[in-house]
Amino acid sequence: MPRRTMIEAIRDAMDVAMGQDERVVVFGEDVGYFGGVFRCTQGLQQKYGKTRCFDTPISELGIVGVAIGMAAYGLRPCIEVQFADYVYPAYDQIVSEAARIRYRSNGEFTCPIVIRMPTGGGIFGGQTHSQSPEALFTHVSGLKVVVPSNPADAKGLLIASIEDPDPVIFLEPKRLYNGPFDGHHERPVTSWAKHPLGEVADGHYAVPLGKAAVRREGSALTVLAYGTMVYVAEAAAEETGIDAEILDLRTLLPLDLDAIKESVSKTGRCVVVHEATLTSGFGAELAALVQRHCFYHLEAPVIRVTGWDTPYPHAQEWDYFPGPARVGRALVETMEA
Amino acid sequence: MTRYAPLSLHVPEPEVRPGGTPDFSNVPIPKAGSVPRPEVDVDPREIRDLAFSIIRVLNREGEAVGPWAGTLTDEELLEGLRHMMTLRTFDARMLNAQRQGKTSFYMQHMGEEAVSCAFRKALQPGDMNFPTYRQAGLLIAGGYPMVDMMNQIFSNERDPLKGRQLPVLYSARDYGFFSISGNLTTQFVQAVGWAMASAIRNDTRIAVGWVGDGSTAESDFQAALVFASTYRAPVVLNIVNNQWAISTFQGIARGGSGTFAARGLGFGIPSLRVDGNDYLAVHSVGKWAIARARRNLGPTLVEYVTYRVGAHSTSDDPSAYRPKEESAAWPLGDPVLRLKAHLIRKGAWSEERHRQAEAEILDTVIAAQKEAESHGTLHAGGKPSVRDMFEGVYAEMPPHLRRQRQEAGV
Repeated sequence: MPRRTMIEAIRDAMDVAMGQDERVVVFGEDVGYFGGVFRCTQGLQQKYGKTRCFDTPISELGIVGVAIGMAAYGLRPCIEVQFADYVYPAYDQIVSEAARIRYRSNGEFTCPIVIRMPTGGGIFGGQTHSQSPEALFTHVSGLKVVVPSNPADAKGLLIASIEDPDPVIFLEPKRLYNGPFDGHHERPVTSWAKHPLGEVADGHYAVPLGKAAVRREGSALTVLAYGTMVYVAEAAAEETGIDAEILDLRTLLPLDLDAIKESVSKTGRCVVVHEATLTSGFGAELAALVQRHCFYHLEAPVIRVTGWDTPYPHAQEWDYFPGPARVGRALVETMEA
Repeated sequence: MTRYAPLSLHVPEPEVRPGGTPDFSNVPIPKAGSVPRPEVDVDPREIRDLAFSIIRVLNREGEAVGPWAGTLTDEELLEGLRHMMTLRTFDARMLNAQRQGKTSFYMQHMGEEAVSCAFRKALQPGDMNFPTYRQAGLLIAGGYPMVDMMNQIFSNERDPLKGRQLPVLYSARDYGFFSISGNLTTQFVQAVGWAMASAIRNDTRIAVGWVGDGSTAESDFQAALVFASTYRAPVVLNIVNNQWAISTFQGIARGGSGTFAARGLGFGIPSLRVDGNDYLAVHSVGKWAIARARRNLGPTLVEYVTYRVGAHSTSDDPSAYRPKEESAAWPLGDPVLRLKAHLIRKGAWSEERHRQAEAEILDTVIAAQKEAESHGTLHAGGKPSVRDMFEGVYAEMPPHLRRQRQEAGV
């Protein structure tokens, strides 16, 4: 099977979707001729023409707003916000419009759009190139929220998102664009070429939304993770020798509660990890659900390992990013509880 | 020590407040027929003056004059008069229904009837409006069933939107009327996107964005102009300047100089101002702008100069911030009376026929209201089901919503 980076897999997903459905259009800042600042749309304008893949003015609300109008017309826009940190100007369009158009119009109008945005830290991105705003979207009825962690999923989930009849926030951990990353910044980076999930099938395939994947089977405790933290959790399990079961949630909304229940009921312990800040982060929802649905199986409190409740700093990158050491301590603490 | 005097902040004020005498003498109103009508493919740079003037067709004597006249037959004008009268009667009945507790909320169009009623007649089937909450004339003139409008206002068992939406936030796809949102100006940029989609698909349908004077201050307004200009989207961008944004006079949104139409000039968008109380002028300018869009000549920005005669909504009391007599002093008059006078002058209408029409329209609206009320009002009679509350959030109900629906016992 061909090997692709996450960037290539995402580009391939859009290529496949554009090739099979003329209604799919791709646009955003620097997305057209240049092919995107992360190269995710490279070659698409050349292949499909300027009216299918094009550059936009620097206006996130404009990008999302026109996409909503296009979707009301009957197109299927797959648009890009250059960094998740810059989605806020479009927040009104996403929350008040995209998420609600189907509901408020009783299905007369729908909003099948995908908003792709690079997310997450671990790249010395500082305050406005590192944020993980997923909780701002999981709180919004009517949205779907997807976070892939590898090239194979990225392609299948993006195709599924483009084909989905509802608006999807598609968060791409930019730290994973070129290779997996377990938080060991002191080691050389590895590429997807050596990772089994870097094998990405040609052509059309979809990874269904709302389904988690078990990345590591284990019996001691369950780690609920997504994006970059999947690899951090793997490293922490290996380094502590704790037989953790690692669940890659893949879709945060709708959430695969059955997979979570199954795993935590088996292990009796649960650690939630994410890069985003702690307070009111998505981990709070996960912890509450585990508490509610697995209470009689729990042998320890659910711990959350997350970014601190501060803006994402620059110089203190590795004291902020929840690396394998911090996650490992939580695993040990949970086992000892 | 600075050698400058201390700075001071300028906060614009309307010229008159409650208790004062309304005076619009400083509002320049060009003579009807005095503004030229350019070809639709004119270079936008050649018609910058149109953003600062007011295109008018009906003069004080009720005659249709000048180059913008002549887009409508007498029959069409009589139909237009009927639409405006119907909207006004509809408003009066629904305002009253709100006072009687049959609905929680209503917003009327008093004084602005010509804008949406006349513009609608310039559109073709398939074109899509992205309206605000004050363009129900698009529905009335578009033939949308009045009973369904009332069903929506009453949130009853026949409410097309299943009780999910605040009254007057209609949605009528088949009538070219996009779902109204409470969030101001969001639809302005969506209209541009719809138009871009039509162009991408090599369609011939065009989109229309609507916004009020106050809402032009929202950033979506600027985004809409940039995208419309950049991609030459087949869209007409309509600003209804009714002088008031709730209690705030238009000078707060507009700034100290210029006009709302003039905002388009910086984007290279042809920008016109039109007498919003002149049914003929609205139709003619609308037709011009729509023709430009349809011929792939790009967007047009139009400012309709009118006056919000009624309260902002049923939750508002304008006597707290403007003189009661202000609407009577408004120099562009009343759109219904002006069209009526024109038709009478032409011999196509009479006082007697007008009175007759008023009575007929009232009967029709009352009959529709009776029918709508038979399906329930907000606190009485038939209601949308509680199950409907959970439907339609997504195309398919996800597991967490199914659990919540079960928990709600429906």
